[in-house]
Amino acid sequence: MDWLQILSNTASSILAPTTMAYALAAIGLSVHFGFAGLLNMGIAGFMAVGAYGYAISIITFGLPWWGAALIGLAASAVFALILGIPTLRLRGDYLAIVTIAAAEVLRLLFLTTAFDEVTGSADGLSGYHASFRASNPIPPGTYGFGPWIYNETGWWVRIIGLITIAVAVLLVWSLMRSPWGRVLKGIREDEDAVRALGKNVFSFKMQALVIGGVIAAAGGLIYALPSAVSPGDYVTSLTFFVWTALLLGGAATIFGPVLGAVLYWLVFTFLGNVLPALVDSGILPFISNIQAATLRYILVGIALMLLVIFRPQGILGNKKELTFVK
Amino acid sequence: MIVLLIVAATAMALFSFSSQAAHADEVDTDKYDYRVSGNVQLDGEPLEGVELNVSGNGIDTDVNTDADGKWAVGVPERNADYTVTLNEETLPEGIAVVEEGNDAPNVKEVTVGPGGRVTANFFIGEGTRNTTSFFDQFVSRAINGLNFGLMLALAAIGLSLVYGTTGLSNFAHAEMVTFGAVAAYFFSVGLGWAIWLAIPAAVLVGGAAGWGLDAGLWRPLRKRGVGIVQLMIVSIGLSLAARYTIQFFIGGGTLQLPGSDSPRITLFGSVALSVIDMVSMAISLVVILIFAWWLVFTRIGKATRAVSDNPSLAAASGIDVDRVIRIVWIVAAVLAALAGILWAYFRPGIKWDMGAQILLLVFAAVTLGGLGTAFGALVGSIIVGLLVELSSLWIPSDLKYVGALGVLIIILLFRPQGILGRKERVG
Repeated sequence: MDWLQILSNTASSILAPTTMAYALAAIGLSVHFGFAGLLNMGIAGFMAVGAYGYAISIITFGLPWWGAALIGLAASAVFALILGIPTLRLRGDYLAIVTIAAAEVLRLLFLTTAFDEVTGSADGLSGYHASFRASNPIPPGTYGFGPWIYNETGWWVRIIGLITIAVAVLLVWSLMRSPWGRVLKGIREDEDAVRALGKNVFSFKMQALVIGGVIAAAGGLIYALPSAVSPGDYVTSLTFFVWTALLLGGAATIFGPVLGAVLYWLVFTFLGNVLPALVDSGILPFISNIQAATLRYILVGIALMLLVIFRPQGILGNKKELTFVK
Repeated sequence: MIVLLIVAATAMALFSFSSQAAHADEVDTDKYDYRVSGNVQLDGEPLEGVELNVSGNGIDTDVNTDADGKWAVGVPERNADYTVTLNEETLPEGIAVVEEGNDAPNVKEVTVGPGGRVTANFFIGEGTRNTTSFFDQFVSRAINGLNFGLMLALAAIGLSLVYGTTGLSNFAHAEMVTFGAVAAYFFSVGLGWAIWLAIPAAVLVGGAAGWGLDAGLWRPLRKRGVGIVQLMIVSIGLSLAARYTIQFFIGGGTLQLPGSDSPRITLFGSVALSVIDMVSMAISLVVILIFAWWLVFTRIGKATRAVSDNPSLAAASGIDVDRVIRIVWIVAAVLAALAGILWAYFRPGIKWDMGAQILLLVFAAVTLGGLGTAFGALVGSIIVGLLVELSSLWIPSDLKYVGALGVLIIILLFRPQGILGRKERVG
């Protein structure tokens, strides 16, 4: 067993674009669920809108990458509005079912062969990197140390990802300490009390849904930035994995989502490397390599259950901040 | 109805390369090493001038059949997929490509294998270009939809009962569905039992699993006073863990239960049902009727409805709420396991995520009928089943679930409590 390789792979997941995408999606979800109490189970849909909005804008309409990114984010705001109008008046579990259904409808629309020319159907979209790579100020070459050695494109994606995360964290931090954020938390704790104070609860929820949705779409964008857009990525499982990452870090915290995403991917990558290695070296008998890879998904499910039962506030959370009131 | 089956064997394509090469209309066969070819005939008579198109891997080539009905197109890659489209406009009047159960029989996906050549055959016959009449299609889809809806109802009723008595939107219900099918596979194929013995055994094991889940997980959580939203997320975690556990054991492929390829019997027109379909519908109907009798007339059924209505009041009037909930879990699991077996025949095949594939449709059905109402779930399921099957008459079949999920969203706009639900439930 090559422990050095396993640890190196694990460490490199800290700076992986996928980890950053999860972090952003989890930040968006923390606005929805952690602060506003909205049980959004359609976070994969928001990510898909961001990713497809970006890729389609470049491939079909020939926009530069920053324009396409703005289109992707704007599209997710529109998606949030459309989703919010029928659902935000409903109780939590209805909202969960409708958002999960909406995300699935969206995925099926991206998957169908009817719009193959624009969405690429089951093949997804690729080959939209030229504009983004042309904007790269880093001279060609490989940089970094230890497990974090990437070429100029790899670093450019990661830098953009880190900047986006920083902006999102800053935005959520400043929003949640503002009066607006206090009203939002009030809605989470007791909607009727806030309504009795004369606040328009629906409007506040809608604003939270749009802001969180745009941040999640930025996550989808970072997900799509280095490689390709594939409809198979934006399945309901993605939503559940982001939820796991969020609840791990702490739903109603500023840094919880980022910490949760990083920890999630550290553990997930570690298991993905160590379990097959254990099988190869005969320490884990009776199972095949494929089964070893499946094992970590089982562990994710069990981890999610244990987290919600025993530490619903997450690692950074405060038990007094009730996130599961309703 | 189908007049002719055209076969241009690979051997023939090879033969034509030497002696008949001059006759066949060949495009790009010199340019590329590999080829897709075919032979278009009607009643043994070659059809000349039929236009075909071969596309994929960077080529998009049109070709016309020659006087012998033959055509061939050179392609650049082997071990690759190509799409062959026959232009029906160029066929004689009243003639079309026909193939039962295929919406676009004139489009074929072919794979050029390691041998570097493949033949694309079309079934050509007399008839309207849309294979069967609209009415026949409609009836056939409606029967299919009813079958699908009744199967959904088995799953939906359990989900709705659990929701009604405990307030839990149980995402792991999907895995209870899959579990039933896997258990049936284990008993019938794994242990070699007869299918009529394997199915009841699988349903019993499913019920036992439901009891085990309640005793081992849900009851302790209720005692802990864990909130509804938390319980829902626990069920999501359980769903993930169970789904991948099933994948761990059966792998990512598709397994078939015995008898899944039973012959289809034509009822009238082009409406054909397999024996399995008919038996499946009958089983669903009988089980739903038994369940309805149980819920309406038996003591424990009445207690279940009382707990659904108001748990505290039910407890105050001497009903053992915990016992009722335990029985509800068992009933829900039994129905889900049966739904899983029927779904395995309907799809057909057992797959690790087969339950998750219909989970949202089940939720749509339950919400449509009214969360927590057993008969609402039945009505909702049949509507969703019909909608899914009938909507593919007008929209592409890979979008058929979209209609049902779209209805779920729309119904919440106008009647959030569902068809049979009461307004106060939505809050």
